[in-house]
Amino acid sequence: MPTVYFIKRLLLGIPLLLVISFLAFLLVHAAPGGPFDRERNPASPEIKRALEARYHLNEPLLKQYLRYLGLVWEKDDQGQWHRALAGFNASMRYRNHSVSDILQQGLPVSMSLGALSFCFAMGIGLPLGFFSAMRRGKWEDYVGSFLAISAVCVPALVLGPILVMLLAIKWRVFPVALWSSPWHVVLPTVTLGLFFSGRIARLLREGLLNIFQAEFITAARAKGLDEFSILLKHAFRIAVLPVVSYAGPLLADLLTGSFVIENIFQLPGIGLHLVNSSLNKDYPVVVGLSLVYATLLIVLNLLVDAAYALLDPRVKYG
Amino acid sequence: MGERSDYGTSTSEGFITEQLATLHLRSETWARFKRNRPALLSACGLLGLLLSVFCWPIILKTAPLLGAHGSAFSQYHDPDRLSDDQFQPPSATHWFGTDVHGRDLFSRVLFGAQVSLLVGLMGTIVSLVIGVLWGAISGYAGGRLDAIMMRMVDVLYSLPSIIFVIVLITTLEGRLKNLLGGVAGPGLDRTTRLFFLVIGLGAVSWLTMARIVRGQVLSLRQRPFVDASRALGASATRILRCHIIPHTLGVVIVYLALTVPAIILYESFLSYLGLGIQPPMASWGSLIAEGAEQINPVRIYWWLIIFPGCFLVTTLLALNFLGDGLRDAWEVGRRD
Repeated sequence: MPTVYFIKRLLLGIPLLLVISFLAFLLVHAAPGGPFDRERNPASPEIKRALEARYHLNEPLLKQYLRYLGLVWEKDDQGQWHRALAGFNASMRYRNHSVSDILQQGLPVSMSLGALSFCFAMGIGLPLGFFSAMRRGKWEDYVGSFLAISAVCVPALVLGPILVMLLAIKWRVFPVALWSSPWHVVLPTVTLGLFFSGRIARLLREGLLNIFQAEFITAARAKGLDEFSILLKHAFRIAVLPVVSYAGPLLADLLTGSFVIENIFQLPGIGLHLVNSSLNKDYPVVVGLSLVYATLLIVLNLLVDAAYALLDPRVKYG
Repeated sequence: MGERSDYGTSTSEGFITEQLATLHLRSETWARFKRNRPALLSACGLLGLLLSVFCWPIILKTAPLLGAHGSAFSQYHDPDRLSDDQFQPPSATHWFGTDVHGRDLFSRVLFGAQVSLLVGLMGTIVSLVIGVLWGAISGYAGGRLDAIMMRMVDVLYSLPSIIFVIVLITTLEGRLKNLLGGVAGPGLDRTTRLFFLVIGLGAVSWLTMARIVRGQVLSLRQRPFVDASRALGASATRILRCHIIPHTLGVVIVYLALTVPAIILYESFLSYLGLGIQPPMASWGSLIAEGAEQINPVRIYWWLIIFPGCFLVTTLLALNFLGDGLRDAWEVGRRD
């Protein structure tokens, strides 16, 4: 039963999330220094100790982790047992912001940019790969393949500044930075998405070329089906499978923000927070963002597998 | 390899023909690779780049021997010499222009190439060692160990790799600084940073390699020659070392050619963050980052980004063409 299989997979994701959160937690604690090392004025030992006590950094590691999950019970002044407040919401670097504040501010920007770039990458990559494969060995194929491989080789940190210099500063077609009107969206989307459009085009071209040699295509031709319906009904749905399995992790990556893009275009996304919080040992933020990423990854991989079952009649689960 | 004589009796006809067949296959693969123009051209281009990267420091060192003209030449092109000629556009003296501190950009790009290529290559080797060992052990052992090792790969896949790199680099560096207790000079500091960068990049790039090698090993360990070796009493390490790992090399080399550009890209990303190479050293990524900092609405210093960017992009292109060429040559060989 496929539904049983997928529910089982979803439930198996929960221990995975626990392991990932614990690993991220341990990683941040393994690094030397603490979140309060870079305070503006060097804090006196007492202040530092008080801060550490306030955020329970002086407790044993395991207790800290359990506290993070909200699984610690403590006696209060009246001798009553209380469950301690879960620690996953308190950023140490941005004192007056909770982790959910940070996510609420950053995620919409990162997610909309990621989704747009994903659509851009698919919109460019799929037709390009399809076209190259159809014109296999002709000059159009060489041009298409060269475009695809070039897209893979121009990283965002080269493309972004060049686009800004040319289109935003020299010709003033698009705004330089920030995130407020639809015009602001164009440059970051192209910069982020171009690399992946190249990957997608290459995957689809290769998938189609492999499929054209498959026996069931020859069988369909022998049956007298016209090329168009062979292509749509038989070839494309199998050839697109590598793209589908690439798209899952890709979308998880794109939705959780990109440091380079957010840095170049000064966008208030969560990619910046991920890097900065890892540098500052702000473990509630690091673990929170890791969990967001891992959850997205698990869900999207599940969707990928479901799409496999829909597209390829040979795939059966359960 | 010296121990091979202990089963020298197995040099039967079958063994020889098999050896000949692999040799033949190899030369066929090579011939097919040579017919692939872009790949061959890329290989030549990369060799040219390596040559100029190695020769440029030597030219700078030897130029003063040619008299006053030569020493002026090497002074102008000293990558670390600060001067008042800031932001000079490309000219006859400074072929790629100068940067914010008046340093010659051409020299800096070539010295940056040293770091980028070195880190790309060494990081790939680290990922190769971890990935091949992990995949081979997991695939050969099978059972519970295999399951545990592969679940670990799954978990690492679902952790954002940037966290892992940052923590690894800062942790190792902090530990080492404590260990040395401030004895370290700036020179040592630079090499350790380079070293940890390589370790960190290798440590996050081995996951796919491990999966590929495991898949290969799973099919290889069923093959008759592995059974034969086991029947002769060879230990597991010996079978892995002499029989299984050499057979995975083809696939591994093909994947390696695609790992090098990925690691060069990751290094430039880390240097862009300021986590990679520390100034005054440079890599292509840090040069591009320095150029990107200078973007302003008043004046455009395009050469600061275009030149290191072009070097990075062409190198990545060449490596990708090379990887594609190797893969095509190899895969057709396997299909036959």
